[in-house]
Amino acid sequence: MELTLSLGIGVLVASGVWLAMRPRTFQVIVGLCLLSYGVNLFIFAMGRLVTGAAPIMPKGGFVNPDAYADPVPQALVLTAIVIGFATTALFLVVIMAARGFTGTDHVDGKEREQ
Amino acid sequence: MLAENLLLLLAVLPFVGAISAVTMPVTARNAEVALAGSVMVAGLLALAALFGDVTAGQVVSRTLSWAPSLGLDVTLRLDGFSWLMLLLVYGIGLLVVIYARYYLAPSDPVPRFYGFLLAFAGSMVGVLIAGNIILMVVFWELTSLFSFLLIGYWHQNAGARDGARTALVVTAAGGIALLAAMILLGQAVGSYQLDDVLRAGDLVRGHPWYLWILGLFLLGAFTKSAQFPFHFWLPNAMAAPTPVSAYLHSATMVKAGVFLLVRFSPVLGATDAWFWIVAGTGMVTLVIGAVIATWRNDLKGLLAYSTISHLGLITALAGMGSGAAIVAAVFHIMNHAVFKASLFMGAGIIDHETGTRDLRKLSGLRHAMPRTALLAIVAAAAMAGVPLLNGFLSKEMFFAEAADWHNGTWLDRWLPYIATFASVFSVAYSLRFIAAVFFGPLATDLPKEPHEPPVWMRRPVEFLVAIVLVVGFWPEALIGPILQSGVIAVLGGTAPDYSLALWHGFNTPLKMSLTALVLGTLFYFLFSKRLSQANEAPGFLSKLRGQQVFDRLMLVVTRKWPVLLSRVTGSSRLQVQLRMVVLLSLAAASWALWGAARLVPQGLWDSFDPSFALLWVAGIACAIGAAALAKYHRFAALALLGGAGLVTAMTFSWFSAPDLAVTQLLVEVITTVLLLLGLRWLPKRLQEIESDRRLPARARRAIDLVIASACGAGVAAIAFAVMTVPPGRSIGDWFRGNAYAEGGGTNAVNVILVDFRAFDTLGEITVLGVVALTCYALLRRFRPAPESVALPSQQTFNELPPINPAREAEAATEPTRHDLMMMIPAVIMQWMFPLSVAIAAYLFLRGHDLPGGGFAAGVAFAIGLLLQYLATDVRWIESRITILPVRWIGLGLMIAAGTGMGAFLFGYPFLTAHAQYVELPLIGTVPAATALAFDLGVFAVVVGSTVLMQIAIAHQSLRSARLRARETAEQASPEDAAEERGNRTKEQTHQQEGA
Repeated sequence: MELTLSLGIGVLVASGVWLAMRPRTFQVIVGLCLLSYGVNLFIFAMGRLVTGAAPIMPKGGFVNPDAYADPVPQALVLTAIVIGFATTALFLVVIMAARGFTGTDHVDGKEREQ
Repeated sequence: MLAENLLLLLAVLPFVGAISAVTMPVTARNAEVALAGSVMVAGLLALAALFGDVTAGQVVSRTLSWAPSLGLDVTLRLDGFSWLMLLLVYGIGLLVVIYARYYLAPSDPVPRFYGFLLAFAGSMVGVLIAGNIILMVVFWELTSLFSFLLIGYWHQNAGARDGARTALVVTAAGGIALLAAMILLGQAVGSYQLDDVLRAGDLVRGHPWYLWILGLFLLGAFTKSAQFPFHFWLPNAMAAPTPVSAYLHSATMVKAGVFLLVRFSPVLGATDAWFWIVAGTGMVTLVIGAVIATWRNDLKGLLAYSTISHLGLITALAGMGSGAAIVAAVFHIMNHAVFKASLFMGAGIIDHETGTRDLRKLSGLRHAMPRTALLAIVAAAAMAGVPLLNGFLSKEMFFAEAADWHNGTWLDRWLPYIATFASVFSVAYSLRFIAAVFFGPLATDLPKEPHEPPVWMRRPVEFLVAIVLVVGFWPEALIGPILQSGVIAVLGGTAPDYSLALWHGFNTPLKMSLTALVLGTLFYFLFSKRLSQANEAPGFLSKLRGQQVFDRLMLVVTRKWPVLLSRVTGSSRLQVQLRMVVLLSLAAASWALWGAARLVPQGLWDSFDPSFALLWVAGIACAIGAAALAKYHRFAALALLGGAGLVTAMTFSWFSAPDLAVTQLLVEVITTVLLLLGLRWLPKRLQEIESDRRLPARARRAIDLVIASACGAGVAAIAFAVMTVPPGRSIGDWFRGNAYAEGGGTNAVNVILVDFRAFDTLGEITVLGVVALTCYALLRRFRPAPESVALPSQQTFNELPPINPAREAEAATEPTRHDLMMMIPAVIMQWMFPLSVAIAAYLFLRGHDLPGGGFAAGVAFAIGLLLQYLATDVRWIESRITILPVRWIGLGLMIAAGTGMGAFLFGYPFLTAHAQYVELPLIGTVPAATALAFDLGVFAVVVGSTVLMQIAIAHQSLRSARLRARETAEQASPEDAAEERGNRTKEQTHQQEGA
């Protein structure tokens, strides 16, 4: 499973980076979304993969940390998802405005000179 | 204890006053003066109350904890010397406040002026009473900053802006040097407390870093006190309003440099290097300042160079460093502040009442304003060092030191001659000031008819001139004890023998004074014509322009080098820049990880789950598909992106992260809707871009593919390497162990978010709110691309125009294809609204113990609302539900912050949570932690932000509908169009209120 997930993360990051370097704004925004999936999964994976043990603790008594998933990467990723959404929205608004202003969807605001 | 509290009051009051001052209305002139005046009076009263302690030789100090882990405390410390300087800051501050009331024009915004002035006073007080040398530098830089703001008070004037910038660059750069010096000094001494440093003179002088410390320290002191060659900023600072010049640039701020020299002379002084650099610079500045002042035609310019010259005198005294020299320096700091402030105010009156400051135009003003003339003449005589005035006394002390003190160097032997030479010029410029302005025939071609100023504009000058006279006649009576305690505070223990008597016999200093007076008078009467014809400086000095060197330097450093650098290394094209960033980070990561054994995969197939692999086959296909199609098939790419997101959500749930899975799923929905809304305004690409098939474009894509694959492979390798190693102990263990015991919740993720790390979450939701407001603001002036203004084909009834033109009007009211298509889904979506509200409430309430929480609930609720928008149209929904997203954001932030502050009531730090369970009838046991209230704030902000962003984009359809209507109307008749435009404005206002 580790192998599968790392391959998945790798492909997400590679597609994201490739798209982010493309000239059209919509490509960049899709690229950033893919990249953020990859990065979120990567951070999440730093807590190791645990199946069947959610970070829901018993009410009191001794807690054996190994029997539950690590909550710290999860907390980090949770806020990252929401903030990621916010920045995507901001970026979308910027590219909409840029399209109206410049008449092109090239990231430089003008078509490449031939 | 009273003394300590008064000390704190002295430091804090001006800042409190400044904050109150800026909140007042622009026209509240008298209220501002009352406020600023009472701050100054309160400061003076506090100083009076502290006088007893200080003259008894005590050091009053108070320590507040600042950053204890760094060994930094806010230590305030008051001794005789700082008391004396504080008297100047508050005393002259009071006079300046009154004076400025009449000086400023009614159109000048007073809150800004008095706010800055008070803040400056506070910073200056901070410099003087800081008991920690780092804290001192902090206040030091603050004085530079407020000086900048005050010089630039009339920012519409280019001269003021340039002057302010020059002053800031020079003095703030000096401040950085000073910071370095203080850090080195603190490291050498082993303590940053001023008291410790002052006691460690021998250690510092013998330290290998001594020369470094001295050089950097002097750089700071010399730039602030406008010593040659950094003096040029001070004349430029004369673009400031005259009260500012009187206060900052003669009486207080520029004295900070010499204050520092005097204060640290027991630590750093008494070495050859100190003598040569400090005394040398002081003498050079003394002479150059005096000579240039004689040639200046601008009244304030003359005074500015005179100030430079007098600061040079004080610096030279500090450089000699003997007991008597320190007495003279301290005494002259006070005397100069008094007579120079009165002269600046006098110059301000002249400028104010005649409209010019040009010495060549002014003449005979004693006829028009006899009282002002008398005051200015007395003050200028004090500046020249005429006997029976205060300037004479300290100047005599300087002469006495120059003549009597010896260390056997050639500079020492020449001191009396240089001092007399400079004094000749100081007599000459003082005389020029008097003679050119007040004597001769009354000038007739002045911009304004000259007359006496308002009484209260003159009162401060009268008061200062009275001090000049009283100190001149009875020095011992008025300032004897103050001077005594100041000098003892600097030198420690014993004051040297000195006498404030007027008559010491016909000795060398008196002879030097008389020589200077006679020669200076002669010089003026011989050369007065030529002075005004020369170009602001004598021939040999006019070549020496510090300002030009500075301007050249600024041009090269801030313009030429950056341009050159960007031409060599940069590109204005974003793709190139981004490629460089990616390559750099790739290289950095490879360099760091090169040769790491763990990156070699081990146990590849240890745990392999075919169904999970299948899931990711789909995920990978989606990712690659989205990447391939994003250019020409955006909609398909979007769908595939959603697929990749779903796989991500499923992975989260697979590996025991239900919170993440829920949130990811919900955010996925809302992101997709958002991007779809965005696509409406990004016109379709109908044909392929021609150059895409050519070789260069293909090559670029191939290169990027290689780079991107390398990045992906690297991340995958690191992820795999980390995942296959057992975790070891981490901070996660503590959170797992204490989630219930300390946070009162069983869902550790939620407890971290709303309790343990609630402060971070507060930051997060603030960012969310800011981003939403930014989106909203950006869209207020949004101009869509012309291609997308037209109604999309789904919303038109038929792609073809109606066959019968007569039925056109009828066709417009018929339901469109979109309406027909949405009829049944709309009903379902409307029914789903209560359900989605219930789901949101459910997610929210169980969050503390089970997967869910404010974030997820917020997004779920937002989706519920969004569905209603999708089901019908904007007008329909907004006529039924009033949604005020901005208020949701504001309320949410207030709830979250308010919950955090609630902890203060119980004496706990910000955001301390309390948890317990409450038994409710029918519902059962419910967690009622204060964290739940915090989570409510999170929920409200998430709802508000999400809805605000979506609605802001959705409303663009309304705006473009109006745009279309206007265009049609304009074609029909221009008058209707104008009316329509009026309606549009009204509607927009309405919409702003609503949203």
